[in-house]
Amino acid sequence: MAVKRITTPLTEEKVADLRAGDSVLITGRILVGRDQVHKRLYELLQAGKDLPVDLTNEIIYYCGPSPAKPGQAAGSAGPTTAGRMDKYTPDLLAKGLRGMIGKGYRSQAVKDAIVENKGVFLASVGGAGALLAKRIKESRILAYEDLGPEALREFIVEDFPTIVIHDMYGGDQYAEGQKLYRRA
Amino acid sequence: MQQTAVREVRAEDITREVARLCQEANYFLDEDVTGAFTKVLTLEESPVGRDVLEQIVENARIAANEQVPMCQDTGYAVVFVEVGQDAHIVGGDLTEAINKGVEIGYREGYLRKSIVGDPFERKNTGTNTPAFIHTTVVPGDRVKVTMAAKGGGSENTSQLKMLKPSDGVEGVKQFVLKAVAEAGPSACPPLVVGVGVGGNFEISALLAKKAALRPIGSRNANPFVAKLEEELLTEVNKLGVGPQGLGGSTTALGLNIETFATHIVALPVAVNIQCHASRHKAVTL
Ligand code: SF4
Repeated sequence: MAVKRITTPLTEEKVADLRAGDSVLITGRILVGRDQVHKRLYELLQAGKDLPVDLTNEIIYYCGPSPAKPGQAAGSAGPTTAGRMDKYTPDLLAKGLRGMIGKGYRSQAVKDAIVENKGVFLASVGGAGALLAKRIKESRILAYEDLGPEALREFIVEDFPTIVIHDMYGGDQYAEGQKLYRRA
Repeated sequence: MQQTAVREVRAEDITREVARLCQEANYFLDEDVTGAFTKVLTLEESPVGRDVLEQIVENARIAANEQVPMCQDTGYAVVFVEVGQDAHIVGGDLTEAINKGVEIGYREGYLRKSIVGDPFERKNTGTNTPAFIHTTVVPGDRVKVTMAAKGGGSENTSQLKMLKPSDGVEGVKQFVLKAVAEAGPSACPPLVVGVGVGGNFEISALLAKKAALRPIGSRNANPFVAKLEEELLTEVNKLGVGPQGLGGSTTALGLNIETFATHIVALPVAVNIQCHASRHKAVTL
């Protein structure tokens, strides 16, 4: 299991080096958004309007953090289920989005869009929100404050731990990993 | 007519205790869960799986030490209240007292507010209320409150099916295995699988929830069901899903089954999927 370090923005060159199963430590700015943010971005795209952020070479983290305690940059901040974003993801990838961090199976359409647009889907450990919060150095709301915990944010992260699930070559770590241990 | 002494329980005490339970459930895992982690760490075959389990254990340690929520999804507040028939709640309304406790607990404990007031409008209520309250009346003069902070990701992977009696035990097994396999990484394995068999549509779901709340490693009093729990747990762990779905021999930490009487035509089965952040606390007032 290779451990790789990347800094954002996530260019095509950097994504080409990532393979399903790699451990990846991410440093730099990442976007943070989940269900309602995706819905709004998607609706703007459908209407041919501008997005509140440029998605080119960005990573979006599917996360709605808990409120920060005094002294914390962010509250607990683990991944949420990626499948709920599947409907919107291919359009965001086509718009330049490069990476996604979440947990759970993706649809075939998303897997195809990852290959087509040279993207990557990474997982962080679900339910390890307190541990992951320690790797977040800054947090700021970029848009949609009305959504509360679901607002569009940016995190500045340092060595944020993830693992590559779907790479741009069609690799699938959930399928590969589980195959090794299936006894049924 | 014989008079029974009635014991008073103050609504404000219920509010205070519910607030405390909400925070403690989110910061501190019970010993049955931490004990199960220690056990599976020595058994997990996959190196990646062991690494994930170590991160989960370290996460629980940070949460407890710093009193921060172990997971950002601090849950639906599911509250079971057993009201003794000789208890008299004074100074307020029981439902309001519980909701107020949830609101205070989530606000003061830096817990995330995850409840939307309407399933179509989807506007956050900002208080994590209403709580999902199940009240039963029991003998005695006490009030027992059990609070579960139930994660949405794992709840979403839960399933219910009205099987036919001819599907039998094998049908129940296959349905449970299917639910766990489909849940996969979305439910944050390793899981606690709660299975409810019998009753009708809503009773089976409630049984499954109660099964998920039973301590890991506890066994049903009925020896046949207890054996089925053991067998199904072994089979679930053969699915290979593993910690976080990355592959491994630990898909579930525990599997509990609750059963109830049912109709001659029916074999309802419900599977309530509980993630590794198995958070619940109880108090008796
Ligand atoms: S499923 Fe459980 S551990 Fe995973 S994100 Fe939801 S609440 Fe947290």
